[in-house]
Amino acid sequence: MAGAGPVGTHVSLPIRRFDAIVIGAGGAGMRASLQLAEMGLSVAVLSKVFPTRSHTVAAQGGIGASLGNMSEDHRLWHMYDTVKGSDWLGDQDAIEFMCRMAPQVVYELEHYGMPFDRNPDGTLYQRPFGGHSANFGEKSIQRACAAADRTGHAMLHTLYQQNVRAHTQFFVEWMALDLVRDAEGDVLGVTALEMETGEMMVLQAKATLFATGGAGRIFAASTNAFINTGDGLGMAARAGIPLEDMEFWQFHPTGVAGAGVLITEGVRGEGGILLNCNGERFMERYAPNLKDLASRDVVSRSMDQEIKEGRGCGPHKDYVLLKLDHLGPEVIMKRLPSIREIAINFANVDPIKEPIPVVPTIHYQMGGIPTNMYGQVIAPRDGDPNVVVPGFYAIGECACVSVHGANRLGTNSLLDLLVFGRAAGSFIGEQRLERRQHKDLPRDAADASMARLARLDASTGGERVADVAHTLRRTMQAHCGVFRNQQLLSEGVTKIMELEQRVKRVAIDDKSKTFNTARVEALELDNLIETAKASIVSAEARRESRATATASITSRCG
Amino acid sequence: MKFRVYRYDPDKDAAPRMQDYDVTLDPHDRMLLDAIIRLKAQDDTFAFRRSCREGVCGSDAMNIMKTLKEPVELRPLPGLPVIRDLIVDMSQFFKQYHSIKPYLINETPPPEKERLQSPEDREELDGLYECILCACCSTACPSFWWNPDKFVGPAGLLAAYRFIADSRDRATNERLDNLEDPYRLFRCHTIMNCVDVCPKNLNPTRAIAKIREIMVKRAV
Repeated sequence: MAGAGPVGTHVSLPIRRFDAIVIGAGGAGMRASLQLAEMGLSVAVLSKVFPTRSHTVAAQGGIGASLGNMSEDHRLWHMYDTVKGSDWLGDQDAIEFMCRMAPQVVYELEHYGMPFDRNPDGTLYQRPFGGHSANFGEKSIQRACAAADRTGHAMLHTLYQQNVRAHTQFFVEWMALDLVRDAEGDVLGVTALEMETGEMMVLQAKATLFATGGAGRIFAASTNAFINTGDGLGMAARAGIPLEDMEFWQFHPTGVAGAGVLITEGVRGEGGILLNCNGERFMERYAPNLKDLASRDVVSRSMDQEIKEGRGCGPHKDYVLLKLDHLGPEVIMKRLPSIREIAINFANVDPIKEPIPVVPTIHYQMGGIPTNMYGQVIAPRDGDPNVVVPGFYAIGECACVSVHGANRLGTNSLLDLLVFGRAAGSFIGEQRLERRQHKDLPRDAADASMARLARLDASTGGERVADVAHTLRRTMQAHCGVFRNQQLLSEGVTKIMELEQRVKRVAIDDKSKTFNTARVEALELDNLIETAKASIVSAEARRESRATATASITSRCG
Repeated sequence: MKFRVYRYDPDKDAAPRMQDYDVTLDPHDRMLLDAIIRLKAQDDTFAFRRSCREGVCGSDAMNIMKTLKEPVELRPLPGLPVIRDLIVDMSQFFKQYHSIKPYLINETPPPEKERLQSPEDREELDGLYECILCACCSTACPSFWWNPDKFVGPAGLLAAYRFIADSRDRATNERLDNLEDPYRLFRCHTIMNCVDVCPKNLNPTRAIAKIREIMVKRAV
């Protein structure tokens, strides 16, 4: 229950106590909080933004589940596609669990009121998607449940609505700053900043669940929102918890050229095709079976190859075209209305008449904070790589339960949020936390956070946050992009390490207590640099070519 | 590009003021938000909300002149208390949204699989569920300006109709009772500012008319 008391060696800070706190109010965080609220725990959800602004809102295409509404489907086929899509680097037990749970979590979401598209018989409509196949790779299958091309929006709003019903307690526009760990390594909560007032607080909890999302903003060209700054990853890394698989970043084949905004794979699911400058449907050459619906790494790599070999389109031959006018205005308006809006706004083309210029664009982080299937964070200790960190949980894009391996299958991100949000919520709920006492907070619980804030408050004449962040994104794009080789990566590591020193010296002009967004962006930069460092150091250390991160050798074909 | 921007920081300003900026754009900049981000890179004390930069998160609603001309004037949404610069306190807006019980109500135990819904019934939700809660509509509505505590406002009423229109929802009567009030629903005078300003091209006025229609039908 909520309580108060002082902590900290320098100044005393207010403390609030809960059984469980959830950091992040996207799909994963709100699925978990709903589970916790329904189990009667005292739970608080912190979010940098109002919950429906979380980046889940931008997911477009669908949620994968072998409902078999369109034709026969099987969870093992879904599992096979996921394992294969992951370049055989996914954890197959976790993947089996996710694919087995998929129908249940989709039906639950429907019962919550999600406005899914329907078939004439009233069942959920399912669309084809990249890498989804029947009978272990034999042919394309319709497995993606969708709400037009706004699936994430519909899902996030539905989950928020259910949390309103369940009276979940939200701390809106609060930014978590640092993990609180005691001498034994147990996680006891977080320090957090209320943006509106500039006040800091300790949120103490018996279970701290991170659902902080991805960090696509470490790259210059990304489909990700401004808020995707890897806050959970930064907090975990600063607390000494190693991150897993951070070299695996997915390029979505179809980001709007120049703008980076996502164009869902659902476009190709509905029949859209990719063309090079000769008007050739080049995916037939690279993936004769699934063609434009091969998995994302395969399509992105093929596009990259076309562009590199001079068959790109436009004055600089630096993009390919996504053609969908042949689907007809009716299908486009019914199934892909937001795509049309995006193409008109960001590419100046109406896809009913003209193709959309697209390039592979950073989209999703497969790695993250290592966890088991219950969302428990694990870290190496005394030679055992899988020791649970007591009190600490992570789910969704910030976590790595490793259902995505080296390349996530399209529609498995929303599924991941639902399955593991639910699983972690249930697991935490079953711990009988209400019967357990809070552990004592260490006296220095808030010192690191207070030092970070004090430094910014006193900062003068240093480099600007915007400039350092810009350099970071450019460096990652140039040295850790779709094309990587050892030399590029090694140079990149050196540059990022140098940049880390510059991050420590940034200054902000804004010293106000009230809604100080300059301070928030400076604090986010601390998380961006941790994520960038983990990503490029891991990429440099991996001496083979895998799925999303391609060296000069193509490792596999779909 | 020249800007005139509303500035107010309660920590140091006695009253709001307008501040002029000249922002150098990059040839790749396309949206007004790109320019505002550059403005912030120039002066980090300027505060506004933003996230997805593609029109789905609803963070960066602000009051911009109808036809863009320099200097571009940026002001906070009207009718809500300003916290700082372009950041307004949206509590009242969300309170009204919450007041309509914005969630599906159906007490019958759900089937093992999905509840069935015909494509036609599902189509009834088009133009309703897409709302991004940006508050452009409610803060453009004179009825909401006068009675933000009593009038639900266009966004909340659009959401109310979204559930009334859902063939799976079983609480239509309760929802109508909740709105049958001189203020909550009936302060709408069909001024239709909400329709003009909606960035998602939704039509709250039509949703409000539908609720009234159902209410009348229920009464006879």
